[in-house]
Amino acid sequence: MLEVRGLRAGYGEVEILHGMDIDVAEGEVVAVLGSNGVGKSTLNNNLSGICVPFGGSIRFCGEDIAGANPARIVDLGLIQVPEGRRVFPNLSVRENLELGSYRRGKAARARNLGRVTRIFPRLMERFGQMAATLSGGEQQMLAIGRGLMSEPRLLILDEPTLGLSPILVDEMFELIGELNGEGLSILLIEQNAVQSLEAADRAYIIEHGVVAMSGPAAELAGSPDLRARYLGL
Amino acid sequence: MDATILGAAVINGLLLGGSYALVAVGLTLIYGVLHIINFAHGSMLMLAMYGAYFLLMKAKIDPYAAIPLMVAAMFAAGYVLYRGLIGRFSHGKDENILLITLGLSIVLENVALFFFKGDSQTVTVSYSDRMVALGPALVPLPKLVSFVASLVLCAALAWFIARTDTGRAIRAVAKERHGARLVGIDVEKIFAVSYGIGIACLGAAACLLIPSFYVSPSVGHLFVIVAFTIVVLGGMGSFIGALVGSLIIGLTESLSGLFLGEALGQIGISLIFILILLFRPTGIFSK
Ligand SMILES: Nc1ncnc2c1ncn2[C@@H]1O[C@H](COP(=O)(O)OP(=O)(O)OP(=O)(O)O)[C@@H](O)[C@H]1O
Ligand SMILES: [Mg+2]
Repeated sequence: MLEVRGLRAGYGEVEILHGMDIDVAEGEVVAVLGSNGVGKSTLNNNLSGICVPFGGSIRFCGEDIAGANPARIVDLGLIQVPEGRRVFPNLSVRENLELGSYRRGKAARARNLGRVTRIFPRLMERFGQMAATLSGGEQQMLAIGRGLMSEPRLLILDEPTLGLSPILVDEMFELIGELNGEGLSILLIEQNAVQSLEAADRAYIIEHGVVAMSGPAAELAGSPDLRARYLGL
Repeated sequence: MDATILGAAVINGLLLGGSYALVAVGLTLIYGVLHIINFAHGSMLMLAMYGAYFLLMKAKIDPYAAIPLMVAAMFAAGYVLYRGLIGRFSHGKDENILLITLGLSIVLENVALFFFKGDSQTVTVSYSDRMVALGPALVPLPKLVSFVASLVLCAALAWFIARTDTGRAIRAVAKERHGARLVGIDVEKIFAVSYGIGIACLGAAACLLIPSFYVSPSVGHLFVIVAFTIVVLGGMGSFIGALVGSLIIGLTESLSGLFLGEALGQIGISLIFILILLFRPTGIFSK
């Protein structure tokens, strides 16, 4: 459903991604791994229309979305839960979730609110509270909940486990499995290579702005080269 | 001090504060979302007052009946101004927006001076001189109408900001633009809408002011300095702060006028401004 071909992207004069090919098929969990500053979030910003690519193509569900505005990309159901949560601090939990369906999923807002609060009962307890007063983990739940309110066809999760306690990290990976079990396609951006490769069907390893390795996650997890470089094993 | 005189001064102060409320609320809304002081605020108010003035003189439309029209017209003016000028030439830099709005105010004022000279105009409507007894005070009907209508309109705006998706989007954009883009909010459009609403407040304020006030090319200055004080007092960007601040400033002006003499009414405002900057520069309603 997502086809990225020869994507070149960056900021101003500086090119960060030098031609990337990435695919996500319907129903897959695809992990994108790479060290800090390699350009993972840059990839996301281009997928979501926050940045305009320097070159290459991005197709989502048959539509060319390279350089399209973010609202149109949301309309198509490509939804990103960004690094650092980016919840609306001055809005209540409820309002944050409601704005998740600002463009997409508006008709089913009430039903989806019910669904999201069943997935994250903690959010229900904090429903009227300002998002700024939530803990980091709760904010991450809220950011994902807000993403789910948009009825995503493909959900991008940018480092969803960043700053979470080990227990919450495990819960996050469980949740990814559950959402995928319900048929949701997920593009998972992570630093946590071990668990990501367990959760994913396929994975891409990014180095120096290009895809250095890719393949079935299980295969990559077993590759001695990768184990040495990323897993420290 | 006679209690009746004091009571009358309090009532007059509150009424005066009410007439500042819409101007201040518009200013604080624009600040809250765009993080800039709209230096064109005063001249846009002046423009709206001339609008209301000419609607009455040329088209015989009563200022109160003209409120919906002026609100719509000023919203459109603000929206277009943002889209065509401020947003386009600011390149996302706050200091550019500042300069553009400042330049705009100079242009507007001079255009007004060119057409209307320096003279001030007043209007007379059938109810201009009607007085109503309000407790110990005898107040002009237009001032009472202005007070009530201002509060009603502020409440309506507060409801809009609190309860509608556009209102939520306005608040979201004020604090988290990246997150807003990712849920599909058109941030630039929300900027323009916010600027439009801030300016629309001036359309209503102008209609409410014109039956009991004069209009001149420089009339905006009077209000904008006071409105700026109110916004700082209430906390930059705070809606409720602007509302309460308006009443406090109206009271201050009226009471210092009573105690220090009419001409010195504004001294109390300057004093409050200095005190706020010294002791609570973030304003009373800031968190
Ligand atoms: N807005 C920006 N303007 C200019 N350069 C940027 C901008 N955002 C990121 N960069 C640069 O682009 C490079 C890639 O950043 P990016 O955020 O995509 O990395 P990342 O892989 O997501 O890293 P992390 O794992 O730390 O999140 C970095 O060198 C960064 O400094
Ligand atoms: Mg990143």
